[in-house]
Amino acid sequence: MTLNSYRWRIPVTQRPFFALLAASSLLITACGKKKPEVGVNPNDTPTSQPPAPSPTPPPPSNPGNRTDPGASDAERTALLADLEMLIHFEYDQDAVRPADQAILDRKAAILAANPAVKLTIEGHADERGSDEYNLVLGNKRASATKRYLESKGIDSGRLQVISYGEERPLDPAETEDAFAKNRRAAFKVTAGGDKLAAPR
Amino acid sequence: MNRIARLTTVLLVGASLGRLAAQDTVRVGITYPTGVRPTVVVLPTAGLDSVRAIIARDLEHSDRFEVVQLPPGGANVGASGAGTINYPLLKTLGANLAVELVLGTGQVTARLYDLITQQRRDEITVPADPSGQGESRMDIHRISDEIVRLATGLKGIAATRILYLNNNDKRVYRVDSDGYGPVALSPQNVLAISPAWMPDGAKVAYTQLGTGGPGPIVLQSLATGTRVVVPTTTEGQNITPAFSPDGRKMVFSRLTEQGANLYSINVADLCCVERLTAGRFAENLSPAYSPDGRRIVFVSTRSGSPQIYVMSADGTDQELLVSFDFGSTGNSYAPEWSPDGAAIVFHRDISGAPQICTFDIATRQVRVRTSGGRNEDPSWGPDGRHVVFVSNRTGRAQLHVLDTETGTIRMIPTPGAARLPSWSRPLVRGR
Repeated sequence: MTLNSYRWRIPVTQRPFFALLAASSLLITACGKKKPEVGVNPNDTPTSQPPAPSPTPPPPSNPGNRTDPGASDAERTALLADLEMLIHFEYDQDAVRPADQAILDRKAAILAANPAVKLTIEGHADERGSDEYNLVLGNKRASATKRYLESKGIDSGRLQVISYGEERPLDPAETEDAFAKNRRAAFKVTAGGDKLAAPR
Repeated sequence: MNRIARLTTVLLVGASLGRLAAQDTVRVGITYPTGVRPTVVVLPTAGLDSVRAIIARDLEHSDRFEVVQLPPGGANVGASGAGTINYPLLKTLGANLAVELVLGTGQVTARLYDLITQQRRDEITVPADPSGQGESRMDIHRISDEIVRLATGLKGIAATRILYLNNNDKRVYRVDSDGYGPVALSPQNVLAISPAWMPDGAKVAYTQLGTGGPGPIVLQSLATGTRVVVPTTTEGQNITPAFSPDGRKMVFSRLTEQGANLYSINVADLCCVERLTAGRFAENLSPAYSPDGRRIVFVSTRSGSPQIYVMSADGTDQELLVSFDFGSTGNSYAPEWSPDGAAIVFHRDISGAPQICTFDIATRQVRVRTSGGRNEDPSWGPDGRHVVFVSNRTGRAQLHVLDTETGTIRMIPTPGAARLPSWSRPLVRGR
């Protein structure tokens, strides 16, 4: 079980609640996990273990309370986890949801503090709609996500987009719940992830 | 159980055809009234049981014949291979055509007899291995298509293959049109999509997602396995390739941060990319050429929802092709132009599930061809009558073939879940 593979299990509706726990849950995660694997295979399906507390980024008005750049493995892991935290989309839509803006704002802050970091943004769709149109939809989602990060001052050249359409579902079930999980943008650190400084 | 019923049908049909056939003096084939099919018997020949079984099934699948099932001991019904046909006996079966197979050295000859006029109509000889195994099956399918052509003057679909994506391993496969011999074509551990035939059947194209670039299009030779990345397709993601009927041009959709647009490239020289659509933040995909190569049908979201548009092959004169009511007509996808140019097949969301539809160019009428389950991603057979598509009507996504004239549907079972079929043109020997 890795950070990424259970994070999406947090229902969307609970996010404001979890936002309150942001700082503490980050600490819990940072202290309680030993070098969790990053860059997990998105085809990994979650087991039936109960959802674990998930780090949710602090609101942008309350950026990192850590000031020791390039510190422990645990902190680097937490920063990577924030960079790779998924965002989700409404059916057949590519607009970044207001609820997910804080997640992207956190990424933008980490990217600003770490100019060597590059990200690949993967756009994904649920299985409804034609297979090939879903590639288009995934591309629109990844591109809209990139534009949002650019609007926060991140250089376009550090952000690559790729669509996987409906080809890599997180949850293969044919339920609304599974569809909602699968409509997502995922983030892969492709450079500069070995040494990360917390944003000041 | 239905042998009696079939025999009765055969007798009735045979009787009515006898009168019609007598009037026919012009065409190669007999003109049969709509909905009535000639009845054919494939005579047994010692050593050619496999060949006979393949041909009889091909003729069934052509949906152009009633194929007489011979009773046990049917070998006595008509002596085969000796050029002597027992016309009176065969006529009692209600057949109006008989196929005689003759085994030669490394070849098989098929003779077509008209049982009404009691004359040999024609014969063809094809190099074939009588075992009916492996590649020789395609030779035997070519005999079937020749029989269809000789009897009706129309194209068959037997000597063809179908490309599809196996959803279990995400590789491109090919399978014979009768479901024999699925073979993986694209490499292991590469996420492939959008398989398409080059018209000569020698190469296939597909997109690799996330290998060799974000989404390059690869041309793969079937004879050698050689794979070539199409130049310029290492930028952006390039999906839904389709070829002009002469094989000289490939048109495809390129996904960039500005949207999805159609481009064409000269395939022979792998050069000279042209952009055909210009919609910033409008999506254009799934192009297909008309059989004369002058027009391209495609999907665009320019009016808000994905619908079917058409343009000249150079990108001019873009217009809506299949009209729709905004807000009530379902999204429409995956158009393909029929080989005779008369119709477009596509799928449209209807009551929450995709269904196969055809659009008649002359009357501009849309007909919904399927119901029940999800039915999507159609591709025309070379006869312009049959369409292969994917359906989950049996609970699992599988290839199915629709006869657009009768509405009958048969399944082509394949291992794994099948997606995105593309039907070849008739394959020449060695392909």
